[in-house]
Amino acid sequence: MSLSVKVNGKKHSVDVDDDTPLLWVLRDVLGMTGTKFGCGKALCGACTVHVDGVATRSCVTPVASVGTSEITTIEAVGATDAGARVQKAWLDVEVVQCGYCQSGQIMSAAALLAGNPSPSDADIDDAMSGNVCRCGTYPRIRAAIKQAAQSAARKSQGG
Amino acid sequence: MTALSRRDFLVTTSAAAGLLLSVNLPAAAAPPSASAKGFTPNAFVHIGEDGQVTLTMPYVEMGQGTYTSIPMLVAEELEIPLGRVRLEHAPPDEKAYGNPLLAGVQATGGSTAIMASWKPLREAGAVARTLLIKAAAEQWKVAPDTCHASAGEVLHMASGRRASYGALAAAAARLPVPKDVPLKDPKAFKLIGTPAKRLDSGGKVNGTAVFGIDARPEGVKVATLAQSPVFGGRLKWVDDRAARAVKGVRQIVRLDDAVAVVADHMGAALKGLAALEIQWDDGAHGQVSNGQVVRELEQATLAAGPVAEQIGDAGAALASARTKIDAVYEVPFLAHATMEPMNCTVHVRPDGCDVWVGTQVAARAQAAAAKVTGLPLEKVVLHQHLIGGGFGRRLEVDGVTRATEIAMKVAGPVKVVWTREEDIRQDMYRPYWLDRLSAGLDDKGRPVAWSHRFAGSSVIARWLPPAFANGLDPDSIDGAVKLAYELPNKRVEYLRVEPPGIPTAFWRSVGPSHNVFVVESFMDELATAARQDPVAYRLALLDKSPRAKAVLKLAADKAGWGGNLPAGSGRGVSLQSVFGSYLALVAEVTVAADKSVRVSRVVAAVDCGMVVNPNTVRAQIESGVNFGITAALYGEITVKGGKVQQSNFDDYQMLRIDEAPSIEVHIMPSSEAPGGMGEPGTSAAVPAVANAVFAATGRRLRKMPIDLSRA
Repeated sequence: MSLSVKVNGKKHSVDVDDDTPLLWVLRDVLGMTGTKFGCGKALCGACTVHVDGVATRSCVTPVASVGTSEITTIEAVGATDAGARVQKAWLDVEVVQCGYCQSGQIMSAAALLAGNPSPSDADIDDAMSGNVCRCGTYPRIRAAIKQAAQSAARKSQGG
Repeated sequence: MTALSRRDFLVTTSAAAGLLLSVNLPAAAAPPSASAKGFTPNAFVHIGEDGQVTLTMPYVEMGQGTYTSIPMLVAEELEIPLGRVRLEHAPPDEKAYGNPLLAGVQATGGSTAIMASWKPLREAGAVARTLLIKAAAEQWKVAPDTCHASAGEVLHMASGRRASYGALAAAAARLPVPKDVPLKDPKAFKLIGTPAKRLDSGGKVNGTAVFGIDARPEGVKVATLAQSPVFGGRLKWVDDRAARAVKGVRQIVRLDDAVAVVADHMGAALKGLAALEIQWDDGAHGQVSNGQVVRELEQATLAAGPVAEQIGDAGAALASARTKIDAVYEVPFLAHATMEPMNCTVHVRPDGCDVWVGTQVAARAQAAAAKVTGLPLEKVVLHQHLIGGGFGRRLEVDGVTRATEIAMKVAGPVKVVWTREEDIRQDMYRPYWLDRLSAGLDDKGRPVAWSHRFAGSSVIARWLPPAFANGLDPDSIDGAVKLAYELPNKRVEYLRVEPPGIPTAFWRSVGPSHNVFVVESFMDELATAARQDPVAYRLALLDKSPRAKAVLKLAADKAGWGGNLPAGSGRGVSLQSVFGSYLALVAEVTVAADKSVRVSRVVAAVDCGMVVNPNTVRAQIESGVNFGITAALYGEITVKGGKVQQSNFDDYQMLRIDEAPSIEVHIMPSSEAPGGMGEPGTSAAVPAVANAVFAATGRRLRKMPIDLSRA
């Protein structure tokens, strides 16, 4: 039986079991390897994607549960306003080290900023504590989120 | 007899060093530069006739920033902007790319890359520049010393002539390569010492960076596996009927000590794995436990061991000391838990084999696949990748061996991906160490005797056997010997004791991950016994080590050492001189009513010699410190019934953003040769945090990880 998923605005038909985690549909069936595998149990956030804009751990999300929702991955998040600002801030602040977790970090940060234009430190903790970075880039992740938030504030003020 | 220090070891065991650099960033395969038309004066630099500069990277990028700092060395001498270079991963080739500081093994580890590259890679750029200038001078019939190179061109100021490197490449390629070329005076550096942006960031923020786990050769299947949960156990029996019925599962591969499920995608492979019924034969190690490991270490350290360092007469000085302090320290097994789980993709054919993997040891990875397949080395093509966290795990090739064993039974390429549970339970672990220390103080509280005896696994004895000699190896004792402190009577002994069946490996900050914790905690104990401030106590022992003294003073000043903190909080300090760099840390912690520990602030002062990229130095201290705090607060692998008890990030916890401290890094200006920066933060963080907990609670922590609920 074939399932339909909509990823980054494009519909795909995939022939997998209903309970196949979305992560493996993205990575192994559709070949979109930007979304990463880290734990398989929603413990590390490396696999974070957006489902209708909500940060979602794709490693525990059965593909059939997504239905017709819009899935956005790291490959396309730069087309969103928040995603583009987050990616730019990540580059400006030089966040990345090994880089493996950063797709998930960026997806979580973009979802945070899309819903909360000026997050407090506590908001950042809440939104980002599900994303593990073994390289310990946390101070820069925090700084980059604040910078991305400020860049939006400046833009909205016409600055 | 004195033991070899890391530096001595490096110098005395240096193999012929050539260096090369190569990585395609972000992804697409490109033809090997050496075979392309153009100018290739050495294993690292290639300049195409189109002007494209390609650098082949001898050390692999795993987050430490080496794919930026090494290009900076070459670009500085070659006189090209950093943005002009294209990077390639080096192919397996120990003659060209062996690490002169690791006995010629083609290895990225031990915080050695900049130390090992400092001269050879600047020379690689300087040779290329010299030849390009010479080629231009010959064309223009002028003296080479009237020409100079700048921004990818050779210029002759007097006549205004200029030629691009691309236009000169063919002529330069015909010139003999000089042996010795002058290097730039550091005062003329334009790039080295500047905060250059990482060259690998772009692909890492948009999902296009390709790690080993992202390899997708045409027709690849995906496999996952279960290996004997008991170390050294064998596969007894497996019922795979239910697994074979899973949609997408293609094949079940049985090995002596593992089962793999091969499928169209990892989702099906995992479902198939869960459906397997497996029985294992536990073998000889079914009763191994942490308790047994600790008892063996305790027993071993009751007797004297090989002497790693001897200064004066510690025994006599101890006997006559006014005050005597004894302590026993322990550090646990640790897993690496790289964010990119272990994986390797292999395609075995009758006439050859391809391996796609991110490895810290490319030549060893190639050799591992050759050994399993029986193919000659040259028939094994290794495709190097960016590494999603190394920390020493990928200095081992057990994963390549395992994946190749599986691929031998699969038609077509197969990507073998470890589950996180397998990654943690089938790791090779930072050794468990146990230390006995004694010190004697004089009537002013100054240490007149220092005795340090410890036991644990020697990773070097397995990984680089010739470097294990007379019962000692340079890594196990690093951080315990040649301390910056003046200790007039000192004796350090190391006993190699291998844990039964439990594999051990290098882990970020290696020997110092253990020794610096022990030495710096015990030094704090001496300060306490002497009723002196921990910083002042250390400073008084550092008159002969000005660099160590300077970083300690700077860290203490910047941290506001001695200033008031709220009740339940405390500051701790650590100082180390390892990996060629001096680092002092001050950590601030708060202990909550539930006895949980939070590290709120860390101040670092570092003297790592001449700085290539200050961005990288800061980033590596931040990274190393958080890695060390993770170990101090959470890191512990325990073994029971021969099996590792932890399995994923719920029971093998990582520091998270809400727990991470603010980290300030202060860099001392220096004209000394560069030291290593990938690991120092980790070894320094553990004792700084433990000493801060002592300051906050009065509890001396002699066993990691920190657990204040433990008696």
